[in-house]
Amino acid sequence: MRRTLFESLVHGPLTESPPAPDNTVLAELSESVDRAARHRLGRSLAIRQIDAGSCNGCELEIHALNNAFYDLERFGLRFIASPRHADVLMVTGPVTKNMREALERTYRATPDPKWVVAVGDCALDGGVFAGSYAVIGAVSNVVPVDLHIRGCPPSPNELLRGLITLLEEVS
Amino acid sequence: MNPSLTSIARGRLVNNHRPWSRKLVSAEVWSAVAKEIAAGRATLLGLWGDAGASCAVHMAAMGEDAREIMVISLACPEQEFPSVGALHPPAIRLERALHSLYGLKPIGAPDSRPWLDFGFWDFQYPLGVRSVSSAVRPYAFLPVEGENLHQIPVGPVHAGIIEPGHFRFTASGETVVRLEERLGYVHKGIESLMAGATIERAAKLAARTSGDSTVAYGIAFARAVEAAFRVEAPPRAHYLRALMAELERLANHFGDIGAICNDASFGIMHANCGILRERVLRAAQFCFGHRLMMDRVIPGGVAADLHSEGVAFLKDALQQFRQIFPRLVELYDNTASLQDRTASTGIVDGALARRFGASGFVGRASGRDFDARKNPGYPPYHELKFDVPVLTDGDVNARVWLRIREVEQSIALIEQIVERLPRGPLFVALDKGPFAGEGLALVEGFRGDVLASVGLDGDHVVRCHLRDPSWFQWPLLEAPIEGNIVADFPLCNKSFNCSYSGHDL
Repeated sequence: MRRTLFESLVHGPLTESPPAPDNTVLAELSESVDRAARHRLGRSLAIRQIDAGSCNGCELEIHALNNAFYDLERFGLRFIASPRHADVLMVTGPVTKNMREALERTYRATPDPKWVVAVGDCALDGGVFAGSYAVIGAVSNVVPVDLHIRGCPPSPNELLRGLITLLEEVS
Repeated sequence: MNPSLTSIARGRLVNNHRPWSRKLVSAEVWSAVAKEIAAGRATLLGLWGDAGASCAVHMAAMGEDAREIMVISLACPEQEFPSVGALHPPAIRLERALHSLYGLKPIGAPDSRPWLDFGFWDFQYPLGVRSVSSAVRPYAFLPVEGENLHQIPVGPVHAGIIEPGHFRFTASGETVVRLEERLGYVHKGIESLMAGATIERAAKLAARTSGDSTVAYGIAFARAVEAAFRVEAPPRAHYLRALMAELERLANHFGDIGAICNDASFGIMHANCGILRERVLRAAQFCFGHRLMMDRVIPGGVAADLHSEGVAFLKDALQQFRQIFPRLVELYDNTASLQDRTASTGIVDGALARRFGASGFVGRASGRDFDARKNPGYPPYHELKFDVPVLTDGDVNARVWLRIREVEQSIALIEQIVERLPRGPLFVALDKGPFAGEGLALVEGFRGDVLASVGLDGDHVVRCHLRDPSWFQWPLLEAPIEGNIVADFPLCNKSFNCSYSGHDL
């Protein structure tokens, strides 16, 4: 453990970024989050993630936001366990009929002001699952959506960019 | 010596089912095969239905020799069939799902509660003879009796970035007396969307059955389609598929090892494994243009080639893994407080793992020596050198170690694949003239074996059934948690890492 810890001290943080485009995006993101978030939410935005029917692809990339490369928390954005503490609901999946009630109840359990971010192509319009007997489809059919982040699944950078856009919108 | 499965499963051979045979059997033979499975002389691989004119139930089974795979079909003119679950409990959930989706009734089944169907669909039996859905009824969890017991309902929305499912714990103090799962929240009706879809669209659906196994599902679907078409993908495609599959295995195993440690609050492993996982995903993005490699495997071959820059990128990544991973393994092994949580926690009995035909790390950490890459095997793995690690302790620790060993094997496999990558075309065109055929495939994903059964008519899918390894792992999770404390459930659950979406379909 000592060696691992020592190396992370010597090598400095991994937190982005290697190639140029990513770097620019993240640098930009970092600045704009600071401005908008401080203004509206005191530098902090608590996100509650809800899988309302996804294939789990979006969840994997949302997870990646927490790794050392993207380090979501440096922006003041963090995932929390209870909708009661959430500012943002991040919803994935074509909403299945079996998840509708759970999504509605989670939405109602979240205090105002709140924003809903629908993540992934399925959350936008049902994606490849549109038209199934078991699927309602778009998240906006069940709860009001403030922002869509497209992609199948969206990359962590696209997710970050989307969250910033939301911050700009609400401020 | 016992008679072979083939000699027991006597019936009329169905034409054009490949590569293994499918037979139409009588109810007696159906039950005889179920008895063979129940006696442990064969393994249940899948159980699914068929509606309309060809109303039937299908059962895929594997003999003691893993090359002896077959499908038997029983016509159900009366919308019923002799229950397999009555003889062999691992079939119970499959039958409940079959009944809920197709309306075909397992006669003598020990559990008649619906599965996947919560009563929210517009009709019952969506894949069979549809009828108006009955009102939503509260689900009857199994009764638990005893003094001072309390229940803890968990989910479907969990306290993390994970898929939805419901766990009903009954605990006596801190000790779990019973866990009962209720799944089906992410049921998307994939089988009904597949029916009538073009092969291209069906491949996209297959790739989105379980996002973490998109490559495995891609290969399973493609191989089933290719078997039906009687074509073999070109050698380069086989190697590239295997490369993608091993990258997928690496990414998931790295993620899992970190996440299991994180559930024991050992954050440094989580952080470092997260870095390794991200490096795999970036290699996938660089080499194949998609971090999860979705839609890169297509029926007939692959849709992305590996270029020399990709090879260099991969080699660089592998070298880093070889350098960093052993240190993390050492850290895991030397941290007593972490071992205290994982060792002897959530033990899956070897006999139970064999009975359920549990595959992947769940089965192999409990002594079930089975890997579809070896047996029945599929190209290019017969040309590559690798071991299938098997452990016997069956606890969370064993499932971590199994992943560690598999990471080492996957790294070695990727090195061989990159070294030996044959030149040539990336795919063969599928001749989509008038044609009808059926194909079956068994492919080893990171989680275990994925079964794909496809029926084709020209360039359309008539029906497609995909069976996730989780079907035989989810029920097993209910057993080892018994007698453990509630706080150990996240560890057990993460060490299983079953798929919700793959199971719910």
